[in-house]
Amino acid sequence: MTEKASLAFVRDTMLPEQPPPASETGIIKWVRANLFPDVLNSILTIVALYLIIKIVVGAWPWFANGMWATSSLAECREILQGTTGACFSVLTERWNQLLFGFTYPNDQYWRPILAFVLLAFAAAPMLFAMFLPRKLLLFTALYPFIAFWLIWGGTVLTPLFALLGFVAAATVFPRVEKASGFASALGAAVVTAAIVWYVGGLIAGTTPNLIALEPVPSRDMGGFMLNFILGTVCVSLSLPLGILLALGRQSNMPIIKWICVVFIEFIRGVPLITLLFVANVVLAYFLPPGTNFDLILRVIIMITMFSSAYIAEVIRGGLAALPKGQYEAADSLGLDYAQAMRLIIMPQALKISIPGIVNVAVGLFKDTTLVSVISMFDLVGMIRGPILASTEWNGVYWELWGFAILLFFPVCYGISQYSQWLERQLATDHR
Amino acid sequence: MAEAAMKVSNEIAITIEKMNKWYGTFHVLRDIDLTVNRGERIVIAGPSGSGKSTLIRCINALEEHQKGRIEVDGTVLSSDIKNIDKIRSEVGMVFQHFNLFPHLTILENCTLAPIWVRKVPKREAEETAMHFLTKVKIPEQANKYPGQLSGGQQQRVAIARSLCMRPRIMLFDEPTSALDPEMIKEVLDTMVELAEEGMTMLCVTHEMGFAQAVANRVIFMDQGQIVEQNEPKEFFNNPQNERTKLFLSQILGH
Repeated sequence: MTEKASLAFVRDTMLPEQPPPASETGIIKWVRANLFPDVLNSILTIVALYLIIKIVVGAWPWFANGMWATSSLAECREILQGTTGACFSVLTERWNQLLFGFTYPNDQYWRPILAFVLLAFAAAPMLFAMFLPRKLLLFTALYPFIAFWLIWGGTVLTPLFALLGFVAAATVFPRVEKASGFASALGAAVVTAAIVWYVGGLIAGTTPNLIALEPVPSRDMGGFMLNFILGTVCVSLSLPLGILLALGRQSNMPIIKWICVVFIEFIRGVPLITLLFVANVVLAYFLPPGTNFDLILRVIIMITMFSSAYIAEVIRGGLAALPKGQYEAADSLGLDYAQAMRLIIMPQALKISIPGIVNVAVGLFKDTTLVSVISMFDLVGMIRGPILASTEWNGVYWELWGFAILLFFPVCYGISQYSQWLERQLATDHR
Repeated sequence: MAEAAMKVSNEIAITIEKMNKWYGTFHVLRDIDLTVNRGERIVIAGPSGSGKSTLIRCINALEEHQKGRIEVDGTVLSSDIKNIDKIRSEVGMVFQHFNLFPHLTILENCTLAPIWVRKVPKREAEETAMHFLTKVKIPEQANKYPGQLSGGQQQRVAIARSLCMRPRIMLFDEPTSALDPEMIKEVLDTMVELAEEGMTMLCVTHEMGFAQAVANRVIFMDQGQIVEQNEPKEFFNNPQNERTKLFLSQILGH
């Protein structure tokens, strides 16, 4: 063979596709690659397996011997006679208290439960907007008023006039805006809503029994229901507020910019607990004597302000990540500021910000348990207060706190999983 | 080339008078005077940093000028946001990095501005979009996302997106500089076709072949000033200014 001939090569038959060797597929491959790839990892796998078995074997009797129907911890101990076993009866006996607090009227539990079920229908058109018709968003818009009426009760006129105020403002706004600009339209809308609410308040005050549910005052809300109300309301309010703050911080108008910067930096520099104490105690000094500004409303305002500042900063990060060309392309097509933000900038910035926003939302939901320090009886408040302090259940820690974990974990994990799914849905960049 | 279609009218499209711009204290554009007639195809060349991109970005107010006067289609460019939006909807712009909207499909990229700015019904906007996508030869990509297209295809979509607004003037800011050599031609072909239809065009580009074939005027800029302008034949064969000669020898040297 000459040197020249050894360089030339021509393939005349193409090779067929072949399956990989058996040792490279399936469960055997997985076990080898992940559990026993080398000596050190094999030892760690065996040690870990030993620990897992030890824990399961140790904890099993505690679950298996669990008591579900006793009336006190003492009774549990008497039956168990020193053997290991849980006293789950605290959960069955105090079930309603854990979920609804200890003063929500027993015969009205169906109302928060119905509101909870309806929440699923109200949230779906927002969360799965790509699969559901847009018309369903109408129910989402109505839901806050329905839920308020169901949970707090009273005459149906109260939420009806609240809704009417928004509708009136929304009809006035575009008409005035066409004639005399954004600022005066905003003013007119606020005034219109205020008038409707004031008149509505007077009318609702004179006929408190018209199509009324039994009114339940805010101080009677408690248990996991309270955490859930605070979490849902504050998350859904702080997202739009956070967007506005983030945009305001980028504004060319110095006044708006500085209001937003000062607000964000101040709120981020103060612990949430401090704000909650302000809501509970200090705010009362600033209000005229005799006014009873609802405590839950005050707490909602504080938590919303707190998390909106954080969300604003997360979204600012998303805005900063967008190339300048996106703004320029939107501008060069003649889109105005609001259109450019709504159609081009925000959809992209929010998508980038999803992990950060979810982080804040999950944190917020868990932080709602902090209201227990201002003597509201949320789930943690109920456990620490009325339940653990009672003579029957003093000392039942594992069962109660384990139950709290069981309530919080699925919600937070669900939010996290939803956000990852949403990110995959929105991935259009094909990087 | 269809000479008849490439006639320049006497109607004035853009007037720029004694326009000056500073970035901080840096004087980027100095006393720019330029009149563009309708149907003119102007190529602006010059070394980097000479202010050529800044000049065309001033025309649709992506950059603010501090002194002088710009009039586009009879509208004087002032800080009035209404005037700016009016001019922007009449003037199309194509960028070096395409700047397509990555979260929208090709079709949505093209229909967005007509629907929201021109208030064209969705159906009609989609028909227009398909018309222009066919014109730039990629109608079959309409439902893909920008990230799935090659650079040349993206730039042609960007041109179609601008055309959907039915602009009277098109600005091109180095439209082929970010493209692989084999994709430059498909974009230039599209631009040539536009020129043949009589579109008023201002192109910042280093494609001297395009300038020779299509432009009826070449402007050479250096240090924020217009140094020389002439019709392409004269400009390339008989440059007057030393700076122009140096530039041409470097750019055409190999």
